Amino acid sequence: MFAYIVRRALQSVLVMASVAFVAFTLFQYMGDPINQMVAQDATLAERENLRRVLGLDRPFYVQFLVFLKNLVTGNFGFSFRVGTPVAQIIAERLPATLELVLVAAMFALFVGVPAGVYTGLHRHGALSRFMLTISLIGVSLPTFLIGILLILIFAVVLGWLPSFGRGQVVQLGFWSTGFLTTSGLKALILPSITLGLFQTTLIMRLVRSEMLEVLRADYIKFARARGLTNRAVNFGHALKNTLVPVITIAGLQIGGLIAFAIITETVFQWPGMGFLFITAIQFVDIPVMSSYLVLVALFFVIINLIVDLLYFAVDPRLRIDRSVSTH
Amino acid sequence: MAAALLEVEHLRIEFPTRRGTLVAVDDVSFQIAEGEVLGVVGESGAGKSLTGNAIIGLLEPPGRIAAGAIRLSGRRIDDLPYEEMRKIRGKQIGAVFQDPLTSLNPLYSVGGQLVETIQTHTDMSPTQARTRAVELLAEVGIPGAERRIDHYPHQFSGGMRQRVVIALAICVNPRLIIADEPTTALDVSIQAQIIALLKRLCRDHGTAIMLITHDMGVIAETADRVAVMYAGRIAEIGPVRSVIKQAKHPYSHGLMGSIPKISDSKDRLEQIEGSMPRLTEIPPGCAFNPRCPQVFARCRVERPDLMDAGVTRAACWLYAHG
Repeated sequence: MFAYIVRRALQSVLVMASVAFVAFTLFQYMGDPINQMVAQDATLAERENLRRVLGLDRPFYVQFLVFLKNLVTGNFGFSFRVGTPVAQIIAERLPATLELVLVAAMFALFVGVPAGVYTGLHRHGALSRFMLTISLIGVSLPTFLIGILLILIFAVVLGWLPSFGRGQVVQLGFWSTGFLTTSGLKALILPSITLGLFQTTLIMRLVRSEMLEVLRADYIKFARARGLTNRAVNFGHALKNTLVPVITIAGLQIGGLIAFAIITETVFQWPGMGFLFITAIQFVDIPVMSSYLVLVALFFVIINLIVDLLYFAVDPRLRIDRSVSTH
Repeated sequence: MAAALLEVEHLRIEFPTRRGTLVAVDDVSFQIAEGEVLGVVGESGAGKSLTGNAIIGLLEPPGRIAAGAIRLSGRRIDDLPYEEMRKIRGKQIGAVFQDPLTSLNPLYSVGGQLVETIQTHTDMSPTQARTRAVELLAEVGIPGAERRIDHYPHQFSGGMRQRVVIALAICVNPRLIIADEPTTALDVSIQAQIIALLKRLCRDHGTAIMLITHDMGVIAETADRVAVMYAGRIAEIGPVRSVIKQAKHPYSHGLMGSIPKISDSKDRLEQIEGSMPRLTEIPPGCAFNPRCPQVFARCRVERPDLMDAGVTRAACWLYAHG
């Protein structure tokens, strides 16, 4: 078990290094950041001076190694655009994105899983058909359109919820949270539904099809034949057997939430990392972009590791136990 | 014969389909006495398993009981609401299915599944239920039950898993066990052990068993009485020795004739020409008439009910009186 975790962690480091390399390479072709940083009438000498100060005159691989060395020591460099440390910019933006993603993920899980179980159990019910129709909308409509529609209905027409921003935030140390104020909570509702709707419907459809599969299994029939209650059969025996694929997809999707927050954050002017990334692209702010990608990769790697560990928790067949004979 | 524990009367199971209603089990009646082992034999699709599922109230939709009654100790159970029937399942009627590899939930330890079942039907505390679970595992012949109780199904072999399944079926001492092909998925040597185990449990606890199988050897060894099913009906029912040695119905006669005997040296086994009709194509009269060597005019027109044929009862016009 411990060896497994260590092995996975080492693999993760390799993945991260590759991501950093790809990210850094790609951004070499995004144009000259110097153009964005100097005044229109800057002389050639001024430009070269700035280039040297930033280290951009050095060969590509040297730049990359410097970047990597800085990453390892926790130094993400300075933003070309605003000149402040990237670590500081990200630390300001990270809580907004993570809170948004957390609420969206909760929404996806706590609505998606029960809805999937319900539609799996009551296949032909009217409510099931209704939920499946709604889920088709969730799967097929693009995120920005859902966001705009929600803003139109709940912010413009009804005026119930704010259409942009985080509302009031409370500063807890370095972490700024919107969970503690009413306006902060209200501001979270629309963006997190927008962000999580696709995942909700995906998880619901996945749980439903897995439930239909599992409910046909012999052990479900046998569980019924033993006189277990419906609750025990449906939630204890059936749902638990659907969890392995659901955990896999849910894990990937939560990673996806962090990455796709870019669109939702743009629509709702949410001051998070995705929004930061879009601005960074406009200004060819390579340190910010690279750091963002590396950070997203880190989240993916961590989520995948957690998913792998959850497999062990759920499925005893994966726990290799050599002390037991299998005669 | 002791008082009837289970009575099945004129049971009819139908499957509504787009092309009309299929009658999968038709007018099946039999009784099982306390502590008796009734063997039910027949080819695949004869309606054996459906009858068993109907008794435990787990017919899979769209299949449904269209007519008839099922009584347990005189109480009608076929029309009970789901929740009432649930309390009978496991507690009064246990079930063992064909494939032990898929009957156990892979994600729960065998002890967990036993304790869950015991606690569903009794007021035992978790500790008591666990103690009982260990006893049960020991009783069905699992060595080191104390240690094995926390193991998961995949850590057991097929035969051992079927023992666990049996332990689950008997864990609150039901009076009837529906054993649907309990040995079919097992090695021959393991089959004998499982049959011996079922017989022993039946004797020790006075449990009745409805043993569904297509293995005549298993029936001969275990059952007190045997019912031969053909195309959804009972062709012949009677004491196991009589049915095996002097089957009256031409179908059961043919079935017994197709069992190889160690005493005879034949080049070829006897076989019944043709195959069982599909549910959509059951001929009028006796369903067996197209394959019957002794067929006569009446068989093609009128359907025979069970009638006395010496020691057994057979659904065959050969034994019509008057």
